[in-house]
Amino acid sequence: MNGQGISQIVVYSIALVVLGYPLGLWMARVYTVPRVAGRALGTVERGFYRVLRTDPTREQDWKGYGKTVLVFSVLFWALLYAIQRLQGHLFLNPDHMKGVPAHLSLNTAASFITNTNWQFYAGESTMSYLTQMAGLAVQNFVSAAVGIAVLAAVIRGIARRSTDTIGNFWVDLYRTLVYVLLPLAIVVAAILIWQGVPQTFAGHATATTLQGAHQTIARGPVGSQIAIKQLGTNGGGFYNSNSAVPFENPTGLSDFVELLAILLIPAAEVFMFGKMVLARRHAWAVFAAMFVVFVIGIGVNLTAEQHGSQALRASGVNITQGHGQSGGNMTDKEVRFGQAATANWTVATSDASNGSVNSGFDAQTPAGGAVPLVNLFLGEVIFGGVGSGLYGMFFYIVLAVFVAGLMVGRTPEWLGKKIEAREIKYAALGALFVPTMVLALAALSIVTKSGLASVFNSGVHGFTETLYAYDSQSNNNGSAFAGFGLTNFSADFGTVAMLLGRFVPLLAALALGGALAKKKIVPVSAGTFRTDGPTFVVLLVGVIVLTAGLMIFPALTLGPIVEGLTH
Amino acid sequence: MRNVVSSVLAIVLITAFFGFAYPAVMTGFAQVAFKSQADGSLITKSGVVVGSKLAAQSFTGLRYFHERPSATTPAYNAGSTTFANLGPTNPDLAKNVKAAAAAILKLERPYNPGLTIHDIPVDAVTTSGSGIDPDISPAYAQLQSRRVAAVRRLPLATVEKLIKQNTTGRSWDFFGEPGVNVLELNLALDRLGST
Repeated sequence: MNGQGISQIVVYSIALVVLGYPLGLWMARVYTVPRVAGRALGTVERGFYRVLRTDPTREQDWKGYGKTVLVFSVLFWALLYAIQRLQGHLFLNPDHMKGVPAHLSLNTAASFITNTNWQFYAGESTMSYLTQMAGLAVQNFVSAAVGIAVLAAVIRGIARRSTDTIGNFWVDLYRTLVYVLLPLAIVVAAILIWQGVPQTFAGHATATTLQGAHQTIARGPVGSQIAIKQLGTNGGGFYNSNSAVPFENPTGLSDFVELLAILLIPAAEVFMFGKMVLARRHAWAVFAAMFVVFVIGIGVNLTAEQHGSQALRASGVNITQGHGQSGGNMTDKEVRFGQAATANWTVATSDASNGSVNSGFDAQTPAGGAVPLVNLFLGEVIFGGVGSGLYGMFFYIVLAVFVAGLMVGRTPEWLGKKIEAREIKYAALGALFVPTMVLALAALSIVTKSGLASVFNSGVHGFTETLYAYDSQSNNNGSAFAGFGLTNFSADFGTVAMLLGRFVPLLAALALGGALAKKKIVPVSAGTFRTDGPTFVVLLVGVIVLTAGLMIFPALTLGPIVEGLTH
Repeated sequence: MRNVVSSVLAIVLITAFFGFAYPAVMTGFAQVAFKSQADGSLITKSGVVVGSKLAAQSFTGLRYFHERPSATTPAYNAGSTTFANLGPTNPDLAKNVKAAAAAILKLERPYNPGLTIHDIPVDAVTTSGSGIDPDISPAYAQLQSRRVAAVRRLPLATVEKLIKQNTTGRSWDFFGEPGVNVLELNLALDRLGST
């Protein structure tokens, strides 16, 4: 580790708060005021509702809200499937990509509507420009907006009292898309294009190299897609090697901007939550809990990767940092990022359910690669996916408050609401469903022949690949130990994992919000457990680690721990 | 049913705007404001596209600086990027690293007799993430400079000066790590020879 690398990470953390805080306040406004924008934009907004034949002032209860989310998502899934299957016959296909196979299309469509962006395909050699920009990139906006909309509704449920309604899905969707995601996407896309990310409708370029060989150079409408893939915690690359490819991420600056885009909205949401429920100090405590886990992850990953793998150390080559190199485990990493920026990215992308990568995770050291694996398993609540991260964190907050209540022997309260059996049930479902599914699917996959066919590296590392694949898809992250290959079995299992992993917690969160909206506010008393101090931060981190961390520990011993010990 | 109608209409509007209008406007902007970058940072030499500033290409000749190893098929395929995905304990990883180091020693030793494996920087023997990493570390460029200078009959100082000129520093002297763009360096060398 060097001072330069660490100061990059410090600057990153500061920038996250400095930009995230005002964005959070803006978002709180977007989801609470009757009119966000001036006259012209207001007219466009009302026009949208009129076309949809919906009354923006009519709010839904949690069941109604959830139903609309489901119908909307299923129909979009069908469209995305159709575009992929038919792309060979459609326009904007200068490089003549053929239709995508059925199992792969189903998996990819599920992957993008659930904000996962797991990719069993190589983008630049599989998908037409039409599929990329009018199919996949649209979902980068929409799946992100659905997550944030649901979060806004859940927060309203927490803030309100004695009511059934928590918002109107179409209003929340429109406002997220137009007042939050679009302006940010335009700014980020412009910066990326300036730094060197292609943005063209022309097909692949052909070069005659200095030694006279032919080289195909894939390009396309990349910048516009990469911007939203990062902002919306989607992560699906235009290219197979994702943001390790210079065309997606050309410079140290582009890397920093994309890295910031990954955690910006998830961080802002915490402040938005604080503003909407009028509990700023509580929001800071939640932010602190997330930040602590984030920093620990970077510390472990960076130390392990800088130390290098056993194979590299034994080879005798120079892996010491300094004298014109970044050193460490450079396998499947890029020179222009080096170890610090790569570790920062590895942790940010796995804390948020982003899943884009600027290096190959499969090649990371056992301890280094265990960091994203564990981060995923914590349920993507450390900042987490846009929307889904914070509503996932609510499950853990409820559990933490409940544990505290048990300890002092009082009915637990959270933000003035009594937490009772119903809320605990929803929180437990939301927190435990996904990790249980991960373990079950990974187990099924390694005891069947069809499951094992996907494994690329042999031995324990192959087990880690499998575990990571289901961990990533179930938690809607999308990053991979990318050796894990496509089979029909894995595609279909993955589809199930992504759909359940998205919609079960989503509905549990809405139900939790709906239940809390019905409640009255109880006045704060001397016996109320404070949810804004260091004690709460420690308790919250403890509950997350004990609940999710202990569930994955046995699997961890079979994978990275054995691998680390035996070499 | 109400949900279905609203959803279908929303899908049409959203796809039209975010799927077509947004990328089209960004493309228009990019083509006007940053034409070269938007087209893929292509480099032309006497009217012929010889590569992209952002993609490594195969250099095997003794007169050229060489790139990092690549896992794409064929190597340095900018139309199909990939990681090598070899886990840290995969025997192939150790094998590949050993072979790459041996090849470098064989190539460079005639021009640099004191060279040992401990002088080889790690990026020289490891695959990059994209398979088309356009940069090598300054240390790896340094290692190759004697060979290139000897083969081209140039003073070592001239080659080292060119390395310096083609080193991309950290962005704003802060973000990322320095690297040497191999294609640009080799082009600069060729230009030197032709004048």
